[in-house]
Amino acid sequence: MPNTASVLDLISVTKRFVAPDGVSQLTAIEQVTMNVRAGEFVAVVGPSGCGKSTILNLVSGLDRASEGRIVLNGAPVTGPNPSVGFMLQKDLLLPWRTIVSNVEFGLEARGLSAAERRERALRELKRCRLDDFANSYPYQLSGGMRQRAALARTLAIEPAIVLLDEPFSALDAQTKMILQKSFAQTIASEGITTVLITHDLLEAATMSDRILVMSERPGRIIDEIIVDLPDRDNPMARMHQPKVKQYVDRLMATLHLEEKVA
Amino acid sequence: MSAPEASSALGLRLPATEPTAQPAVPTIPWYTRHAVTLGSLAFGVAFLLTWQLLPPALGVPSYIIPTVSDLIAEAGRMAARERLIYHFASTFFIGSIGFIVGSLLGAAIGYVLGMSTLLEKILSPYLLGLQIAPKVAFAPLFIMWLGYNAWPKLIVTILVVFFPILVNVLQSMKTVDRDMINLARAYSMSRMQIFWKIEVPASMPALMAGLRIGATLAVIGVTVGELVGGNTGLGYLITFGEGQANTAMVFNAIILLTIIGIVLYGVVAFIEARVLHYIPRAIR
Repeated sequence: MPNTASVLDLISVTKRFVAPDGVSQLTAIEQVTMNVRAGEFVAVVGPSGCGKSTILNLVSGLDRASEGRIVLNGAPVTGPNPSVGFMLQKDLLLPWRTIVSNVEFGLEARGLSAAERRERALRELKRCRLDDFANSYPYQLSGGMRQRAALARTLAIEPAIVLLDEPFSALDAQTKMILQKSFAQTIASEGITTVLITHDLLEAATMSDRILVMSERPGRIIDEIIVDLPDRDNPMARMHQPKVKQYVDRLMATLHLEEKVA
Repeated sequence: MSAPEASSALGLRLPATEPTAQPAVPTIPWYTRHAVTLGSLAFGVAFLLTWQLLPPALGVPSYIIPTVSDLIAEAGRMAARERLIYHFASTFFIGSIGFIVGSLLGAAIGYVLGMSTLLEKILSPYLLGLQIAPKVAFAPLFIMWLGYNAWPKLIVTILVVFFPILVNVLQSMKTVDRDMINLARAYSMSRMQIFWKIEVPASMPALMAGLRIGATLAVIGVTVGELVGGNTGLGYLITFGEGQANTAMVFNAIILLTIIGIVLYGVVAFIEARVLHYIPRAIR
């Protein structure tokens, strides 16, 4: 269970972009305040274009907030830093590298010897049950295995927090369920602090401890749901819980999904 | 029914599958397996036979269309009397050096422009202009400037090879997946690390495609250089043969130029198969 130490804090964070016309401004997120405690699994859901991915870019230090502060492990985020691991819908594996050397990729900007890197990468692959494929190339793996390899690469840098940006949305429905379980097991067994950005409401309810709901652009946090369910390490078991439906219903109501037309 | 039957979940009665000996798969005869190769060979033989037999049958004189045996005889004479090996070696050498230097320069400048968006934007209209300009037409200028020696040929070859490779490399640098670069940035990689670890390997398919084009263009470049000036190389033998109304000599020179092109192309294909080994064959 999560303890109380805060790993990530966003304090009144606003991000504005210059619109494509080069003159007017677009507000991606506005006055977002949230925190993630050590070992916690927080899901962020919202309609497409609500600035979920902006949060990821800000926390990973790839982009700067226009207003507000982002604090990671007690220090303000001012640029890319080694305590954040992130993963996208695309696996972003380098096709010319073997799986093990892809996992080593994140370690290469650090002062580690080649032997240390290899050792850590192999350990991570073992944890993600991919050690048999260490010397394969990405094209030889299935989509689900590639995402597991991407997770291994993300975890190899031993980040304080892992940001997952819709990591399962490119997979077929069944592979997705299997992979969600696999990720949940790995994350729970290591007590990894995680933020999952998703638009899949069921995924949010079955995988997280807490769900933050964002509004349409400009994105604000409009609801917070504490997921009071056992089996966080097994989303498939959670799916059978009647309460999951209640959470999904509440999310649908908050996002006004039934009033919308395509 | 005598065979035991299993029922499926839907209550369908399915015949039980019994482990039986695999029926022997008939082996494919050798002439079917190599049908394409055999077809190509047959076409080649038919073509050479037609070339040998048809023009004499139609009464076309051999100074208009020499037969295959005329070409072989002329090749022997050229080797003995016209220093054919020397001319061939000269063309092969200048073509290869021009190809290598042109490729290196094209790739290097492609990478530099790919790394500097500003420089690329400033120079792109001029690059486009130079790319469209017929490079071989510069050959007479280089001869006027540098004289009747190897340099004009070499420079024309370099110029011809340079642009397609530059353009291919530059294009691939501009289309590297932004998320891939952001991932590297998030891992605190430096600009040079991103270049060497992501951009250079990601540009390899485009570089290889550029080299394939460059290999064929190199032969054109060196030939034009030799046609326009000098007294060395297969291009020179073409103009020399033309002056003597020796069609067999011209044909032989063209065939040898083609062989040089095939060799250069083959070397590129060989390197490409090793560099791009990670791309599944069906896609490549």
